[in-house]
Amino acid sequence: MAWLMDRLRSLWGGARFDEAFWEEFEDLLIEADLGAETAFEVVEEVQRRVKKEGVVDVEGVREVIKDVLRRYVRAGGFSLPDSGTVVLLFVGVNGVGKTTTIAKCAHFIRSTWGRDDVVLAAGDTFRAGAIDQLRVWGERLGVRVVAQQPGADPAAVIFDAIQSVERRGGGVVLADTAGRFHNRASLMDELAKVDRVIRTKAVHADYRRLLVIDASTGQNAFRQAEVFQETVGLDGLVLAKYDGAAKGGVLVPISRRLEIPALFVGTGEGLEDLRPFDVEEYLSRLVEG
Amino acid sequence: MFDRISATFQDIVRSITGKATISPKNIEEAVEQIKYALLEADVHVRVVRRFVNQTIQEATGERVLKSVTPGQQFVKILYDKLVSFLGDERQDLTLKGPDTLSIILLAGLQGSGKTTTAAKLALHLKKKGRRPLLVAADLARPAAIDQLETLGASIDVPVYTDRSQKDPRAVVKRALSHAKRQAVDTLIVDTAGRHQVDRELMDELSRLVRDLSPDEALLVADAMTGQTAVDVAKAFNEAVGITGVVLTKFDSDTRGGAALSIRTITGAPIKFIGVGEKVDDLEPFYPDRIASRILGMGDVVTLVEKA
Ligand SMILES: Nc1nc2c(ncn2[C@@H]2O[C@H](COP(=O)(O)OP(=O)(O)OP(=O)(O)O)[C@@H](O)[C@H]2O)c(=O)[nH]1
Ligand SMILES: Nc1nc2c(ncn2[C@@H]2O[C@H](COP(=O)(O)OP(=O)(O)OP(=O)(O)O)[C@@H](O)[C@H]2O)c(=O)[nH]1
Ligand SMILES: [Mg+2]
Ligand SMILES: [Mg+2]
Repeated sequence: MAWLMDRLRSLWGGARFDEAFWEEFEDLLIEADLGAETAFEVVEEVQRRVKKEGVVDVEGVREVIKDVLRRYVRAGGFSLPDSGTVVLLFVGVNGVGKTTTIAKCAHFIRSTWGRDDVVLAAGDTFRAGAIDQLRVWGERLGVRVVAQQPGADPAAVIFDAIQSVERRGGGVVLADTAGRFHNRASLMDELAKVDRVIRTKAVHADYRRLLVIDASTGQNAFRQAEVFQETVGLDGLVLAKYDGAAKGGVLVPISRRLEIPALFVGTGEGLEDLRPFDVEEYLSRLVEG
Repeated sequence: MFDRISATFQDIVRSITGKATISPKNIEEAVEQIKYALLEADVHVRVVRRFVNQTIQEATGERVLKSVTPGQQFVKILYDKLVSFLGDERQDLTLKGPDTLSIILLAGLQGSGKTTTAAKLALHLKKKGRRPLLVAADLARPAAIDQLETLGASIDVPVYTDRSQKDPRAVVKRALSHAKRQAVDTLIVDTAGRHQVDRELMDELSRLVRDLSPDEALLVADAMTGQTAVDVAKAFNEAVGITGVVLTKFDSDTRGGAALSIRTITGAPIKFIGVGEKVDDLEPFYPDRIASRILGMGDVVTLVEKA
């Protein structure tokens, strides 16, 4: 599909940017899931700068657009210590890609950071087949999976996994959790408990919380980020399913208002399909298609 | 472009419905606010425009302006239109009589809720006296078969699996002949999630549907889906000719504008909504409730009904 620049180019009537041009531009941003409010703010700012800087061509406008968006979007680097205990807790609503991201992340950590002491913790003890799913990934990866029975206390499972790596002098625990909606207080309380257990019982661990969001989700993803942030505090975002048609534009308001850095994008269902989040790549896709 | 009005849609409605006279200015403001509400609810931007254009003329016509309570009339027309865009009344599954085998196929993006919905539908049909068989035709996702087996066991519905197969078409073919030998009247086929842009997997799905010619080919879509809902619905409709839609995860606080986008693009009825992870968390789709939710209207409807 012809995307923003193509469509902007075709809109390019004469040497002026008229009302219709800006309206279309706003629509295009909304189509990328930035949300009406953020799209409006972006257009206003771009409009102001185009006028002020006397920009007259499409390429110039594109650069202004990217520049405005670049200030909104927050990327974070991902690095790991060579040794010691690291706990990565993956949280998010149902079906966004948490478990798959864990498997990919384990692969990434081993291949990029050379750490082989990776353990998966089956902290989703609720959903049918969730433990089996993580076990399949564990087998494929050749990494240990710490699991208990369906229905077991997730905090206990994750704590088990942390203790098991600490006994071996450290390791990276990738902890799965059940999908839960941010508007379900009891489930969010359960997550807060998991978080508390990790913080109080693994005081020396390098502990980070990652929210996985689905690139095809609309404005609700903002609420998700907001509430998960309030509940456990977030160290980063993973934008999963970025290999589809969705541009994941909701990351813009999330980044801008909540200041949570994006760390990874998920680009498929295989182990290799995880990449560090790259702002320029993200902006190009948002703006150019 | 939107006039940024600090008031919420509800405030606008309240102020407009209180008025005995109505001016082009406050109509225009209300229209902007409606557009904004629809967009923030994730209705596709082109669908918003289409809806607003088709509605506004009628809602601002002479009949309304001359009525005793033009504001109420205006909002009521808008709301009724939205309900009718969403499909007027609820529709159940269309299946054959119990003596002939009926087939339901579920398709959709990764993680949209197909497997869970398969179990929910099986329970729904079982309660109505049918004898469903769940078919595990997702051979791609790790432990997809285990998931369906666990769900099937929890509702005491048989699950057909064939772990030796690599091709979902082969599984489905065997499931069909298996079903004919069993006391089964409805096949519910769970398929692997796929992106609509994945040509290969979409073709595979088309072939599967051609083999089966299901009575119901249901698109299972996440109610939180953003603007891409339109492309998703279109692509799945082209590939399988969907007969209905199940919108899952309505227990989130999403406004669910995807319902309007999908319905407008495909014309296919939304038959059920998913409202939780449990097997009985399936409800019929009531267009009026979802219309209020999309507009974020709440009690405004009662206010208008009294007009
Ligand atoms: N195309 C694509 N599919 C993905 C990606 N990440 C996950 N998936 C698929 O999305 C579906 C759901 O992924 P899961 O990892 O099970 O999601 P989850 O968040 O753990 O789900 P719950 O535990 O049920 O809440 C699976 O079919 C995955 O294969 C991605 O980056 N791209
Ligand atoms: N809260 C809630 N969760 C749901 C609903 N429907 C499905 N889920 C959850 O969403 C997640 C994904 O559901 P699945 O049924 O595995 O989705 P799927 O489409 O089969 O996923 P793939 O096979 O990986 O493509 C699971 O955690 C389900 O429990 C719903 O209506 N409400
Ligand atoms: Mg999971
Ligand atoms: Mg499934």
